[in-house]
This record gives sequence, C-alpha cells and structure tokens, in this order.
Amino acid sequence: MGSYLSKRAVWSGISLFLLVVMVFFMARLTGSPADLYLPIDAPNSMREEFARLHGFDQPVLVQFFTFLRGLVMLDFGESLRQNRPALALVLEAMPTTLLLAFYSIAIALIVAVVTGALAAWRPNSIFDRIATLLSLIGASLPNFWIAIVGVLVFAVGLEWLPTSGTGSVAQWILPVAVLAIRPCGLIVQIARSSMISVLSAAYVKTARAKGAKSRRIIFVHALRNAMLPVITVAGDQAAGIINGAVIVETIFGFPGIGKLMIDSITYRDFAVIQAGVMVTAIAIFMLNVVIDIAYAILDPRIRMN
Amino acid sequence: MAHQILSTPLADAPMPENRFKIILGMLWRDKFAFTATIILLVTILSAILGPWLFGDAAIVMNLRARNAPPFDLSRGFAFILGGDSLGRSILARIALASQTTMLIAAATVFCSLVAGTVLGLVAGYRGGLLGEAIMRVTDIIMSFPSLLMALVILYVFSPAISNVIIVLAITRIPLYLRTTRAEVMEVRTRMFVVAAEVTGASTFRLVFKHILPIIAPTLLTIMTLDFAFVMLAEASLSFLGLGVQAPDVTWGAMVAEGRAYLSKAWWLSFWPGLAIALVTMSLNLLSNWLRIATDPLQRWRLEKPETQNV
Repeated sequence: MGSYLSKRAVWSGISLFLLVVMVFFMARLTGSPADLYLPIDAPNSMREEFARLHGFDQPVLVQFFTFLRGLVMLDFGESLRQNRPALALVLEAMPTTLLLAFYSIAIALIVAVVTGALAAWRPNSIFDRIATLLSLIGASLPNFWIAIVGVLVFAVGLEWLPTSGTGSVAQWILPVAVLAIRPCGLIVQIARSSMISVLSAAYVKTARAKGAKSRRIIFVHALRNAMLPVITVAGDQAAGIINGAVIVETIFGFPGIGKLMIDSITYRDFAVIQAGVMVTAIAIFMLNVVIDIAYAILDPRIRMN
Repeated sequence: MAHQILSTPLADAPMPENRFKIILGMLWRDKFAFTATIILLVTILSAILGPWLFGDAAIVMNLRARNAPPFDLSRGFAFILGGDSLGRSILARIALASQTTMLIAAATVFCSLVAGTVLGLVAGYRGGLLGEAIMRVTDIIMSFPSLLMALVILYVFSPAISNVIIVLAITRIPLYLRTTRAEVMEVRTRMFVVAAEVTGASTFRLVFKHILPIIAPTLLTIMTLDFAFVMLAEASLSFLGLGVQAPDVTWGAMVAEGRAYLSKAWWLSFWPGLAIALVTMSLNLLSNWLRIATDPLQRWRLEKPETQNV
C-alpha cells in the first residue's frame, strides 16, 4: 500500500506540475491584464506603472521562475481583484464546494444503494422497473436544466425556497438536490447490477438456506460485497462535483470554487486561476486516495496486493 | 444460433435485408429503446433539414411576439412553444440549434473515438516504451480537473466551435484509449488471433480483420453514452458563456439566453433544456439496448421466442 501510494503521489506530482505550467503560459497568452484592470482612457504611464508593480513588464520566463519560486513556498501571488493572497481566497471557497459535494454524494449514496438493493432483490418486479426507469432519467438530465426547473418550481412558483445565497439551511436544499440527482441515478444502476450478481453467490444461498431474513441477507451479507463498483462510481461523481459544480454554484450564487474560478476567468485574475486549478487537482487526488483506502477496507484481497 | 450478425457489425452481412429486419424486431421488443430511436431520428432529421426549413423563421424578429407564451396558436404554429426575448419562434430556433448541437457532439465523439482507438491499439498491441508513454500521458489528462481546464483553455483561445470540439475531444480520448487497450490485450491472447498470427497474417490484417471487429460493439456502446456526455458538456460550457457564441446557437446557449427571463418567461430556458434532456435520455436508453443486443449471452432477451431454438 505504501509503495503504491508513493508511486501514485510521484505521478500526481508530475501531472500537477505540468498542469500548473500549462495554466501559467496559457494565462499569459491572453494579453496584459493591465488592459482589463485599468479604465480604457488610462494613460500609458499608468499602464506601465501597473505592469511594473505586478511584474507583468518582465520577460515571461522571468515571470515563470518567480512563479515557481513562489510555488515552492505555497505562494501563488496576490489576487489582482481583491488585493489578497490568491491561495487564501481559494482555500476560503473550497470548504463550500467540498461540503456541497459531501452532502450530495452522501444523500445520493444512501438513497441509491437502498433503492438499488431493493430493486435487485426482485428483478423485473414493478418496483425494479420503476426504479430502473427513474434512475435512467435521473442519470441523463442536464444539471443546469434541473437547477432551472427547480428554481422555477420551488423558488419562483411555490416560493418555498430561496433562489440563491448560502446563509440558511433552506438555501442548501436546492443545490444539494440538483447535484445529487445525477449521481443518484448512476449509483442505482450500478448498485442494482452489482447486487444482482452478488445475490447469486454461494454464501448468499447459504445464508438463505440457514433461514436468515431477507433484510439481513441484503443489507448485511450481500451489500458489503456489492459496494466496490458503487464506491468507484460515487468517487468519480464526487470528483465531478468538486471539478464541475461551476454551474450549480453560478445559478445559486454559491461562493464555492467554481464560482470563484468563473469570476477570476472573467476578470483575468491569473493568480487565483492558477491556485484554483492546483487546489482542485490536489483535492481530486486526495479523494482518489480515500477511495483506494475504502477499497482496501471493503475487500481484504486488495489489501494483500 | 443463426444470428451472429449483431456481434460483428463491421463484418459483411450475407443478407442485409434480413439483418435490418432482425435489428428492427429487437428494437421493437424493447419499447423504451424503440421510442428513443424515434426521438433520435427526429433529432437527426431536424439537424439535417432544420436550418433549411426553419432557417428564416428562426432569424425573423417579430417584436410583438417578444416572450410570447407557449401553447398560443394566434401567432401561428411556429409560436406553439412561444417566442424568445427578440420575438423569434422558439420552435424554429430549437430546430436550427439542433444542427450545431449535434455537429459539435458528433465531431467531438468522432475525433476522440478515432484518436483513442488508434492510440489504444498501439498501446495494447505493441506496448513497449511507446505504449507506456501513451498510458502516462493519458493518466495526466485524466488527473486534470477537466471542466475547469476546458473553461481556462476556452477563455484563452477564444470560444469558437472548433475550439470547443478540440477541448472536449482531448478530455474524452482517455475513455476510448483505455477501453481499446484493455480489450486488445485480452483479445490478442485468444486462440483465433494467435492462429492468424502463426499463419503469417500481417499486423494490419490482424488488427483490422481480427481484433477490431471484436472490440467494435463495446466501442459502439461507449460511443452512444459518450455522445450524451459530450452534449451535456458542450451545453454546460455554452451555458457558462464559454462555449458557442452568437450568432451560432446550440441548445445549451439557448438555455443560457433564457436564464435572464426565468421569472417572467420560463419557456425560454425550459424547451431547449427539455430537448437536451430528451436526447441524452434517448441515447442512454439506446446504449442500454445496444449493450444487450451486442452481447451474445444476453441477446435472447430481445429475440422472438420462436426464433430462439432455430
């Protein structure tokens, strides 16, 4: 496990480095941010002053080495828009997105695993058919459309929930629900098919022969073994939310990492973009490590290797 | 079993008519897949004919029909789904946008499929240093936060249709590459491939005549699913304003346009969103069907009872 993790960390380190280099040079290709930050009628002297202050007048390579030196000390530079360290801004936004991902995936997992397991218990029953169809619909609806319809129905129409913000619990309901639907649909499908194959295993038949209750067979004997593919998909979806909650955060005005990135892209806030991509990539890496550890806990055979 | 036809869609069928009938029959047995096929056919037709039929209606601005409500036939059938903020028929615009939407998704899937399959064949069949290098680059692409990267890239290289296709295609290559590689590594150890190798078949022949036809059904199933995924990704990018730009229009861009009017005129965003939902759902249903239809062990579920014992 240890050597595996370190090997993986090395590879992730290399890809992170390439990622940061790519973002750095791409961001520099768009032209001088001085043009975007200063008024159109700003005199040239003011532009030069601005560029000098932020180091934009230096050759790109010099800027790059300054950037790398900062990177080693976890200094991504200052946000131009807010005059604060970029990393601090990103780290402030991260918990919102992580919480959003955590709640959505937790809810999706609980609902989907129970539904999938029950559907697998009697394949082709009415419950199974309805669950399969609903999961298919849930898995294929576009996020932003669900969000918009949700706002229309629950915020504009019924006025039960607020349209945006993060202050109260009520403001979390819509975003979490929207983000949970797709993972939920996907996990039901996986949980169902995985459960069906596990239920035909010898030890389940043994449990049945010994007279165990069906609820006990499903949730105690079979579920643990059916969880491996479920964990894979859930992890994938969690990574997807950390990386792609942009839309939901934009629609609901959630101050998470996605909203921060979109704003930084609009205002050409280099430092924040770099820090944002880097921190997101690290978060996804950590998530994958957690998934691997979950595998090892669930399946002793993986632990041995 | 007389029907080995579907398992090798690339092979020449002896009786094309009969084969078509069998496929149709198998579709009919799964009503969801059948409905999905019809929805997809309508969409494809609209993508081909839409701009030709509705091109003018989608551009004409009728200021009296600004944000016209749906299901009101007083302005003619074109406004059955309502009018947008500039008084253009939403129905006509959905038909017009279907072309760009489908074109982007199709081009993306095609590019990533070709690149992914070729690289996957190389990595799986030849292996070696080149194969290793290909896999490492794939790992790197996969560890990127793809949507964030796409946003950054599109912001830097101005959001044009071709850039959207390139960015999306690059993020989807690993899917095809890894699948192809895994399958190739398994298939090449099978007896018939080894036999062909021993009898001196060229690498070209081995790959295209023996290995690729076995992998094709899996790729086809993935492709159908991925088409839906790419459509959603493009819609997301366009929704955020970093995808397709006006005057080009896709369904995602239409949803984004309508967002500003959400509280007053819900239909502006609702209909194009519904179009996306219907098509992605149909693709998922069809892919489900394809998985069963191309799997010789499961195909009996879709075949007529009386032909089972033939």
